[in-house]
Amino acid sequence: MAEGIVNLTSSTFDETVSGSSTPILVDFWAEWCGPCKQIAPILEDIAKEQSGKITIAKLNVDDYGDIAGRFNVMSIPTMLVFKDGEIVNKIVGAKSKSALLQDLAPVIG
Amino acid sequence: MSDVRNTIIIGSGPAGLTAAIYAARASLSPLVIEGEPSSTSDQPGGQLMLTTEIENFPGWPEGIMGPELMGRFKDQAARFGAEFITEKVTKVDFSKRPFTVWVRDTEYTANSIIVATGAQSLMLDLPRESELIGHGVSTCATCDGFFFRGHEIAVVGGGDSAIEEATFLTKFASKVHLIVRRDQLRASRIMQQRALDNPKIEIVWNSQVKALHGESSLAGITLAHSDGTTSELPVTGLFIAIGHKPNTGIFTGVLDMEDSGYLLTREGSTWTNVEGIFACGDVQDHVYRQAITAAGSGCMAAIDCERWLESQH
Repeated sequence: MAEGIVNLTSSTFDETVSGSSTPILVDFWAEWCGPCKQIAPILEDIAKEQSGKITIAKLNVDDYGDIAGRFNVMSIPTMLVFKDGEIVNKIVGAKSKSALLQDLAPVIG
Repeated sequence: MSDVRNTIIIGSGPAGLTAAIYAARASLSPLVIEGEPSSTSDQPGGQLMLTTEIENFPGWPEGIMGPELMGRFKDQAARFGAEFITEKVTKVDFSKRPFTVWVRDTEYTANSIIVATGAQSLMLDLPRESELIGHGVSTCATCDGFFFRGHEIAVVGGGDSAIEEATFLTKFASKVHLIVRRDQLRASRIMQQRALDNPKIEIVWNSQVKALHGESSLAGITLAHSDGTTSELPVTGLFIAIGHKPNTGIFTGVLDMEDSGYLLTREGSTWTNVEGIFACGDVQDHVYRQAITAAGSGCMAAIDCERWLESQH
């Protein structure tokens, strides 16, 4: 896993999301998803460049389908953005870095 | 003014990357503006990035996964020095040389351009379609099929890609309704047979999707049949594979195109109406639309381009 990216599991999900001091983006992904692979380097960039403003986390839906089910994820990549443990944005589908940063602007200022 | 390049290739599917391999080997140091990530089949690597196994690409007798094949195309172009930018061209000026293309505010100039922007999935254009994408409505079976384990779902379309998706989705779904507009399939015979032989696929002939239902996620669809009747299908997933439209919006009024938006090229070549601009792949082909034909025309474009550049000296 790339530096600066938190790898979530079913047992660490709740604690990490509600305990995060910054907004946290959770990328629901899987190995077999082409668009997920395309946005992976973008998320790595954002984790580095926006470090301290937002935490970037990933959740593998193959391994932790229970979490995906809980949030009604039916398409990947889906990115849920949490602030103080609450969902503030749901981003579905791959997009460019600039479009993603635009979506995240309200939480990273 | 930025450095003027020999050639810029716009797009990175089989056509764009084959053009890049040939142009790079011809020492043209091509810049490939490959597009940006998306889940709509208009993305770096092109339409094959959303497919699974490719069984008919020569040289791969056991088949190869679409994304892997495109990764190999790209590696081969990079090996000979093609340069890549993962952005989408937003504007072009082909009215004077050198030609200019923009990625938002950044401009790039080149003496020649190879257009290989391909085509993307058509949508149904129904109310609520866009808000239900990711909530039951999908254009990417390989991305989303997993979430429909044990569900009853539908695929709309009658071509090869619709049947490929339907077949793939039977790995997860309990039943796949294939919604076909006419009383026959557009798909190739081998794909038709695959659909007819699959006990989980049920073909609904002479029908079109009329409406989408469900609050936070898809709960059902209304079908309109050619005899004037309608019916409801309680599916939780709808995969759209009704065909493609060319990605030519930025070339409107610049390059000659058909009413449908496909670029026109001079017969037997990749020349467009603007000297120095070449077009290859699905953006100028609504007839064959195969990875191998796109790659073939990408090769033609690079050779046409190289010879034309040579003639300018």
